[in-house]
Amino acid sequence: MSEIIVESLSHVYSVGTPFQKTAIENISLRIPQGQFVGLLGHTGSGKSTFVQHLNALLAPTSGKVLVGGTDINRDKKARRDVKWQVGLVFQYPEYQLFEETVFADIAFGPKNMGLKKEEIEERVREAAGFVGVEEDLFQRSPLELSGGQKRRVAIAGVIAMRPGVLILDEPTAGLDPAGCRQIMDNIRQYRAGTGATVIIVSHNMDDAARLTERLIVFDHGHVAMDGSPEEIFSQPEKLISIGLAVPQSTALAMALREKGLDLDGAVFTHEQLIAAVRKLKEVGAC
Amino acid sequence: MNAIIRFENVHHTYSEEAHESLSGIDLSIEEGTFVAVLGHNGSGKSTLAKHMNAILTPTQGKVFVSDLDTSLEENILEIRRTVGMVFQNPDNQIVANVVEDDVAFAPENLGIPSDEIRRRVDEALRQVGMSEFKLHAPHLLSGGQKQRIAIAGVVAMEPRVIVLDEPTAMLDPQGRREVISTITRLCREKGLTVVLITHHMEECVGADRLIVMSNGRIVADGTPVEVFSQVELMDREGLSVPETTRLLYELGLPTDVLDVESCAEEIARAFR
Repeated sequence: MSEIIVESLSHVYSVGTPFQKTAIENISLRIPQGQFVGLLGHTGSGKSTFVQHLNALLAPTSGKVLVGGTDINRDKKARRDVKWQVGLVFQYPEYQLFEETVFADIAFGPKNMGLKKEEIEERVREAAGFVGVEEDLFQRSPLELSGGQKRRVAIAGVIAMRPGVLILDEPTAGLDPAGCRQIMDNIRQYRAGTGATVIIVSHNMDDAARLTERLIVFDHGHVAMDGSPEEIFSQPEKLISIGLAVPQSTALAMALREKGLDLDGAVFTHEQLIAAVRKLKEVGAC
Repeated sequence: MNAIIRFENVHHTYSEEAHESLSGIDLSIEEGTFVAVLGHNGSGKSTLAKHMNAILTPTQGKVFVSDLDTSLEENILEIRRTVGMVFQNPDNQIVANVVEDDVAFAPENLGIPSDEIRRRVDEALRQVGMSEFKLHAPHLLSGGQKQRIAIAGVVAMEPRVIVLDEPTAMLDPQGRREVISTITRLCREKGLTVVLITHHMEECVGADRLIVMSNGRIVADGTPVEVFSQVELMDREGLSVPETTRLLYELGLPTDVLDVESCAEEIARAFR
């Protein structure tokens, strides 16, 4: 199991230099196996620093990170092993494709894990299947693919390690609406097929609202809010005071309430908004 | 009618491809307007943009920039002075180690006298709201700030048109707002013609005119309210419409407003 426990985690960059900066401070939280989590916050709020601690890419200045009960910074071996268990997909991962063929690029992780050839092949096929990369692309150079295809190949390279935790930093940045939908569907499929924990760092409130079951909001290196989308989006004023947008549906619901329309419940998706307004109509008709 | 850019039955095929990227575009862009071009990857919108300052020329048909034919070699210098381009990745567009040197790069290449360059650089930085950063190192700025520096570099050439090809695709929401409000101001206050290529529909809301591209063709053209009201068309193209439009549409109310406040007003009125 890959439950994540973070205890009093702090990270300070460039300690002892004039550029010293506390990126995250005293963060404690627990993410159970299988949860779908969205991390929100502006650029510089500490969310990227935070996720890089979850697979020991960054070592804590103080505090601890446990994955599946093991302190991932305990020793060199633990720091290495956690890389297979917690897969991290960076922003613009397509810039990190480097092998000669799509197959070799996806196979890079499993190969480094020391798996047998058959096992590697099976995993490459499985990972490619999750993200909708067709097998007839396997022998092509990754550099010949379209932007959306490249990104899916890069994600497949991480999925091929079968991580129990998949973390994606802004997975849809720069893609057009069709590309965004496809990537989010792929991620959902991976989670449904494997029961993995998925953590998405996102600026897109509408995605976050629709897909995740828990939202953690970072502000100035601290966790400012932590709860279900219902809980988070029922406090739109707080999100706005942090400088974050609310989903379009939430903004509309706020404006309607201000005009005296008594909408029911938390509203953060289009479906909820239309249902709440229609309900009003029925009540009004009585 | 004063069309600064004119497309006449323009077709374009990239040599290695069989299909056309542009299939018969007829388009006139009025001087001083803010035009947004929306479409998917592969819809032809970037190809369209690159025809506006002769980076690409038509395989068939003609493009005129201030009545100059873009396919004639002798017109290219004048066309590039008339139409400046800003691209997606700000890091690829920065050439100098100090912000003001970066902004001065293009006017220097145009052979402009140095006191005039000084004036233009200060003015361009003021217009994008980056004056206080003029002695900073560009690589230490945020994405939105870098993109505003790139815009200042184009503004310092004093073009009549600025074409931006997905300038916000790599920026966070804050950076996106900075860029959109900067270009809107350049159009409204300075009378610059702005052509914004994007796939974020929310960035098109403040434009004078919205053009939707699909498969190398223009499939919708009008004010943002007019275009977004065509909800079925936008759905078919896989493009979204603002939540305000969608709600009004599904409630069977007129879809003639875009902003949240007026939309709420309209619904409240319908329920009173």
